[in-house]
Amino acid sequence: MTLAQTVRVAALQGDEAVAEAVRQCDVDVVAAYPITPQTIIVEKLAEFVADGRFAGEFVPVESEHSALSACVGASATGARVFTATSSQGLAYMHEMLYNASGMRLPIVMAVANRALSAPLVLNADHSDMMGSRDCGWIQVYAENVEEIYDRTIQMFKLSEDPRVMLPSALNFEGFILSHDKERVRLLEEAPIRNFLGRPRPKYRLDPDAPMTFGAIATPDSYYEFRMQQAEAMKATLGVFEEVERDFEKFSGRRYGAVDAYNTDRADRLMVINGSAGGTMRAAARALNAAGENVGVLAIKLYRPFPVDEVLSHLSRCKTVITMDRSISLGAQSGPISEDIKSALLGAGENKPVMSVTYGIGGRDLLIDDGKKIFGMAKDGLQDGAGNMMYGVKG
Amino acid sequence: VYEQIKGLKELPTDEPLSPGHRLCPGCGASVVVRQVLLAAPKDTIVANATGCLEVSTALYPYSAWNRPWIHSAFENAAAVASGVESALKALERRGEAKQHPIIVFGGDGGTYDIGFQALSGAMERGHKFLYVCYDNEAYMNTGIQRSGGTPMGAWTTTTQVGSARGGKPEAKKDLISIVVAHRVPYAATASISHWRDLMTKVRKALSKDGPTFLHVMAPCTRGWRFDSAKTVRMSRLAVETRFFPLYEVEDGIYKLTFPVPSPKPVEEYLKLQGRYSHLFLPQNASELDTIKKGVTDNYRRLERLSQITGQLYAPEVQQPAPRSA
Repeated sequence: MTLAQTVRVAALQGDEAVAEAVRQCDVDVVAAYPITPQTIIVEKLAEFVADGRFAGEFVPVESEHSALSACVGASATGARVFTATSSQGLAYMHEMLYNASGMRLPIVMAVANRALSAPLVLNADHSDMMGSRDCGWIQVYAENVEEIYDRTIQMFKLSEDPRVMLPSALNFEGFILSHDKERVRLLEEAPIRNFLGRPRPKYRLDPDAPMTFGAIATPDSYYEFRMQQAEAMKATLGVFEEVERDFEKFSGRRYGAVDAYNTDRADRLMVINGSAGGTMRAAARALNAAGENVGVLAIKLYRPFPVDEVLSHLSRCKTVITMDRSISLGAQSGPISEDIKSALLGAGENKPVMSVTYGIGGRDLLIDDGKKIFGMAKDGLQDGAGNMMYGVKG
Repeated sequence: VYEQIKGLKELPTDEPLSPGHRLCPGCGASVVVRQVLLAAPKDTIVANATGCLEVSTALYPYSAWNRPWIHSAFENAAAVASGVESALKALERRGEAKQHPIIVFGGDGGTYDIGFQALSGAMERGHKFLYVCYDNEAYMNTGIQRSGGTPMGAWTTTTQVGSARGGKPEAKKDLISIVVAHRVPYAATASISHWRDLMTKVRKALSKDGPTFLHVMAPCTRGWRFDSAKTVRMSRLAVETRFFPLYEVEDGIYKLTFPVPSPKPVEEYLKLQGRYSHLFLPQNASELDTIKKGVTDNYRRLERLSQITGQLYAPEVQQPAPRSA
């Protein structure tokens, strides 16, 4: 098989790419509710239904809470299940996020990241998903539209793996990626379906073998349920690598749990996630071309956190710059920064970390901003640079 | 097409809800579940809202359910059932599963109040399932707090009886009317005291293509304050006093399935329950009258609705051909 035969090139928005992948992945049930900037996914899927191009059931629910609840019911019945949301919608689902993961249901969800109200804003930051960070879902952040498309396919494979059986959230920034039209090399359906197979859950709602789903626990057993989820999260790291490897076999594309640029030489290393990873690499390349020595580590797989792999890239640099597109109000720094500091401390590495908050509520982060931020860490860290809100108006 | 139940001997001997569950002695909910599921096919899938029934029947590592059963939250049982139904449809097309009857159990809190949006959405979308509200008229699982299903005048721990106020000031929400407004093919009330009526209604509901609804009174010995040996008697009195009329709404047509031409006094029902004891103090006489008037008015409303909707929605009567001159 030559790879060239398996691709077709299209110009797609991020949302459209998700819908196309969902259609190709032979999903049984989609239950979703419209919310900007995710709505295109729902509309596109409804278009596929109208054209007879989607064989599954499309359930246009009356709320996000019911969207995920319907997904829980459908997934427990043994179906391949998808939903999509954003911001307030994800917040409204919050209760059900824990139900889906606690019941070990391999639901896949696209999250077009958007900042939370109040004040209401339609644009991107990561505070929606970061607000639900500890919900037991696998969390991946995509960087461009083709990666959104590829990751959507990968997430089904990863979640449905018997060693994993955890739901996944594929994150990509609202408008910046959800509405951005980019070149996507679409894959043929047959190899995708061959790669995925059909979901084969060990347990499902089946009158021939009645099972009780969603029992009540006591302090005598609850902790062990959570421990099993924690172990599945750990196992996910290895399965993620397998899934990427198998996906690469027929697509020729691989991303990694992290994307490392110049991490083996850089004196200043920036850790970031989401669409700004590419922008920051461009900034780093420009600086390096001018004789500087900086690097970028883009975190793709955020939960489970690939701590060993991250650490392996942090060993060379003198200064770490962490970039958070969400605010943990009242904390010392954002969630990515806390993860990095905790990883460094755990490894006995003591190096200065400059924690930067950026892009809140959709504020742009451009190549020049990247250069500026790298510049701030050039001569070591100054006082007050430990936790900086970059780009906020004075 | 559905089968009427004539006698007890016809009932399956298979036990859908095993003994040994942790519901209180004299709990109406377990009787509701048994009667409903004994009338339903054995391959029924059950979805359950959080509540007494759920916490008492599925305490890990035990389960009383001899049916595939799913619970995930308080307010979403109808949405979960939507997902189950949709999944079965999709999987059936692939030959990976068959359709099965789906029955949802929710208490009054999970149905009248917190789960109402999910129920309304699911009914509007037309998912095929039978939703059974077992109505014990308050949040009993958390310790007797008022719900939209608590009747006027009833004591609960959030509608206490004191010198300034006595019991719930508001009327019970008219759930069936709201359900009927969704134009579902079948909605009915039922009582465990009239088990044949209840089971026939379950079968009728399951024979319909679309969402159906059963509102069953489920007396709560703890919350209503009555002798736990009198659960069925309590249900029967609710019917015989017209406090809880048995009726159905089939394709828009109302029908009293157990007409009560000469009702017992409402007091007979209320007096057996500690939650209403304050109503019989002289200073609360007018409140008792209001409750009694509400019972009379509601029954008259149902009689009138039966006449009106019978004429409105009945198949058109064949008009005699005009005589030639």
